[in-house]
Parts: sequence; structure tokens; C-alpha cells
Amino acid sequence: MSDTIDITLNGERRAVTRGVTLLQLLASLKLDPRAVVVEHNRTIVRRPALGEVRVAPGDAVELVHFVGGG
Amino acid sequence: MATAVETLRDTPFTIGGRTFHSRLMVGTGKYRDNDTMVRAIEASGAEIVTVAVRRVDLDRTKQAGVLYHLDPKRYFLLANTAGCSTAADAVRYARLAREAGFNEFVKLEVIGDQETLLPDVQGLLEAATILVREGCKVLAYTNEDLVTALRLEDAGCAAVMPLASPIGSGLGLLNPYSVRTIKRRLQLPVVVDAGVGTASDACLTMEQGVDGILMNTALAAAQDPVAMAHAMRLAVEAGRTAYLAGRMPRREVAVPSSPLGGMLD
Repeated sequence: MSDTIDITLNGERRAVTRGVTLLQLLASLKLDPRAVVVEHNRTIVRRPALGEVRVAPGDAVELVHFVGGG
Repeated sequence: MATAVETLRDTPFTIGGRTFHSRLMVGTGKYRDNDTMVRAIEASGAEIVTVAVRRVDLDRTKQAGVLYHLDPKRYFLLANTAGCSTAADAVRYARLAREAGFNEFVKLEVIGDQETLLPDVQGLLEAATILVREGCKVLAYTNEDLVTALRLEDAGCAAVMPLASPIGSGLGLLNPYSVRTIKRRLQLPVVVDAGVGTASDACLTMEQGVDGILMNTALAAAQDPVAMAHAMRLAVEAGRTAYLAGRMPRREVAVPSSPLGGMLD
């Protein structure tokens, strides 16, 4: 069994470690969990729950933050 | 001796239970660099600044999030749903924005036409109804149509934001009558959003009696954004003060300012 699985991260296919939690995913991307909002399969995952939710093959994860806008 | 301004009693500028000093709100988009943006926002005196919700750039080749440059303790962050063209998308973006954890306010945009960026008022009402039910304080970007503004008020919005002219156009206040009518008929705060190009546009808009103005491109696309931000701050104050002062009636004929008596033979 492969050690990685494919997920769709911010619209792009990406291989991540099997069984990784969303919190570990953020850490691997060097993202501060306080600075991003995580959507997992169209459901927002609150910060306290990020360490409990694991990604599965084919999951869609969106990582968003605030940028300049009017 | 009291100055003229001290004789004026303005009402507080309150939206969704929060009171602000500045009636000028500014966006954070399209600046040539972050340092210019920060200095322009300071010069504008604005307390409310708008931000957009977008994907994090995982390659880090583009600029980092706007909060690396703006202190969320100093400014009241108003997230928008810019770029959304359906009620469902706008609701999704508003929920993500709220989860960022700064406040429950959202500037709701549902765009109905890509050339003019005019709002889809049906989608707007639908999204506003859902978000109000979820406890959001909705500031609804709308066109200058009275009936839509009334419906948004009925839907429980915290403010309505009629446009002066299309987003980023700089065409100024195209329909003062409609904006004035919306202000007269609604109980809610009315904040004109989009279209002002220069200081006189902002002044004329505030002279209609609206509660505030939100602008972005007028500052970001000025040759000197910091100087324009200063001008806009003065213009908003001038327009508001002139509105409170009450302008003289318009006349179609001249009335002399100097006495008619005492003229030489």
C-alpha cells in the first residue's frame, strides 16, 4: 500500500501522507492554523477540530485567507 | 468662541450595533505595493477596511495575506464576497470569512453581470436572507433601486450599500436623486459603495445625506494614493458637514448680495 494518497488541495491534485490530519497538513505546508480557514469537502472545519479530521483519498481541501479587496 | 463645526450635532455612525468615528471606509485591493496601501489607509482616517477571501497561494510566489500588513486590532475588517455570482457562492464565502474569526460582519456582493459588475438583486436578497438567519451582520452591495433597498431592509440587513456608479469606474455619483431617496426612505444606515473617482464625487455623495462611503479604486489607482486618501478624508467630512449645515435653496434668478440702497446718483 502506498504511503501517500491523492487529494485535491486548492483545486490542484496533490499527494499527501496517508492518514494525515488537517493540522498536520497545514504544518507540512508551513501554514499557521490561525491565519487560514480550512474547508474539507465543502464543510468548514473549526480550528480546534483540525487535529481530529484526517484526509481520505479524493478529498477536496480548500485553504483560504484574506487578501486585498474592495 | 465656538467654531461653526462645534455648533453642529452629528448623530453617531452606527452599523450593526457598532459605532465608528470615520464615515469613510476603504478597500485594500489593487495598490501598487503594500506600503502604499498602509500609508493610504492611514491618511484616509478609515476604521473599516474591506478584504477579500481567496485561496492561500501554496507556492508562495504571490503576496502573502493582507493581514501581514494590516493590524486587525487597529482596523475593523469587513470581509466581502467579491467575485461571487450566485447566492450559494456568496454564502459559502461569507461563512469562510466569518470563520476567520474577526467579526460577524460581511459585505455581501452577488454579481449579475461581468461587464458592469452590477449586482444580481435576486441572488443578493436570497443570500442576505440566509446569512441574516445565521446571525451575520450583512452590508448589502446593491444598485440604486429603492425597492431593492427596502427589500434588503425587510430581510434584516445591517446596512444597504447602493453604488454611485459601477465598481472601479470612477464615474462618480450618477444618480443623486435615487441615492437620496433610498436614504430618506430607509431606517438602516446607507453607505454608498463603488464608483467615486475623486474628492468632489465623495463630497457630493455625502451631501445627499448618506451615512458613509466605501471606496477602493479611487485611492489605489490615483497617481498619489496617499494624497488622494487625505483629500477623500477631507471631502467626506466636508460633504457631511455641508449636509448637516443645510444648503441654501436653489433659485433660477440672481439675488444681490450687496444692499440695493445707498447707491450714488
